[in-house]
Amino acid sequence: MKWLLNNWDQVAVALGEHIVISFTSLAIAFALSIVIGIWAARNERVFRWAIAVSGFLYTIPTLAFLALLIPIVGLGKANAIICMVAFSLMILIRNVATGIREVPAEVVDAARGMGMHPAEILAKVELPLALPVIVAGLRIATVTVISVAVVAAYVNAGGLGTLIFNGISNDFAPKIWVGALSSCALAVAADLSLAKVEGWLRHRAA
Amino acid sequence: MLLVEAWQFVAAHPERFFGALYTHVALSAAALGLAIAIAFPVGVLLADKRRLALAAITAANIGRTLPSLAVLALVMPVLGTGFVPALFALTLLALPPILINTCTAMQQVDADIVDAARGMGMTRVQIVREVELPVALPVIFAGIRTAAVQVVSGAVLAAYIGGGGLGDFITSGIAMMALPQLLVGAIPATLLALGTDRVFGYLQKVLTPAGMRAR
Repeated sequence: MKWLLNNWDQVAVALGEHIVISFTSLAIAFALSIVIGIWAARNERVFRWAIAVSGFLYTIPTLAFLALLIPIVGLGKANAIICMVAFSLMILIRNVATGIREVPAEVVDAARGMGMHPAEILAKVELPLALPVIVAGLRIATVTVISVAVVAAYVNAGGLGTLIFNGISNDFAPKIWVGALSSCALAVAADLSLAKVEGWLRHRAA
Repeated sequence: MLLVEAWQFVAAHPERFFGALYTHVALSAAALGLAIAIAFPVGVLLADKRRLALAAITAANIGRTLPSLAVLALVMPVLGTGFVPALFALTLLALPPILINTCTAMQQVDADIVDAARGMGMTRVQIVREVELPVALPVIFAGIRTAAVQVVSGAVLAAYIGGGGLGDFITSGIAMMALPQLLVGAIPATLLALGTDRVFGYLQKVLTPAGMRAR
């Protein structure tokens, strides 16, 4: 505790870095997944391929993935962000595609009957109705990304993992405690707040 | 070429490579075994008790969000470094998916089926053993599959707390910026995780009762 009080600025910087790389990766992954997810919702072959490929990426152990990227992109934030995007694609694509598919056909039909264009149907009917499922995916992806970011400190991406690794290599327990507990707290806080959003969206949709 | 150099590294140090591979598999298998031995009976027993089950699932869901490396790191100041602390942390990581799936699968067994079994004069234990478990098995096994992949991946991180395994090559590879050595750890670890997913996926299919397989 004493270490935390004397070094809170160092912890705040690590926390800030952690949030920034997690958020950047999520934004990139989300943009990709919306495009691929919408396409996959319309085309069974695309769906199967997208899930197979992103599922393959999802299964690779985090540290192995980071290590495999080193010969290609070297150390640093780019490595971490590529890895984090790759890990969240499967969850996001799956939820975007199934969310859109679960919109009742009658509703889409009714929208078409009202003279809406396909683009309008997508923007005004399908995506809003799929939103709770998409946010559910975003929630899992956020937790995953926060967890991957802890390991990414090992390839010099910064973040809370830095404290853990420094603590391990200097055999200094307070640093390990602060790094590990604050990353746990961040993951749980992100999960609970997105659960609130998800619950609210579901309530509104029902 | 990096791959050739990685191969030469393995050929030059076979005992180190196979030792690490063995530790990795042993650590993962032991953690998964322990987690099944704990979470499966607890899940079956709790499924009946609505309140307790909800509390356990909520706790497991929180446990699931915790970053693997944070859990491994937290074990270190308490239990120290080595195989046993790594085993403990990996077992903890494997518990939530198995517990959640066992509990929910048992609860979701169709009430009519259970009723029919009771009507046939089956005892409570018989119903659990001969009706509920077989019906719930595919979902329970899906949880075990998730846990298995997670443990194999988590075991790579165990190198940080002295647990050994394939992660050792990755950490020393990064420390010395020795790229071939990095691959000696990363490629087999990836294949191991993918293989685990495949094998458990296959078992899951085989264990699904014939009447319940997807049409």
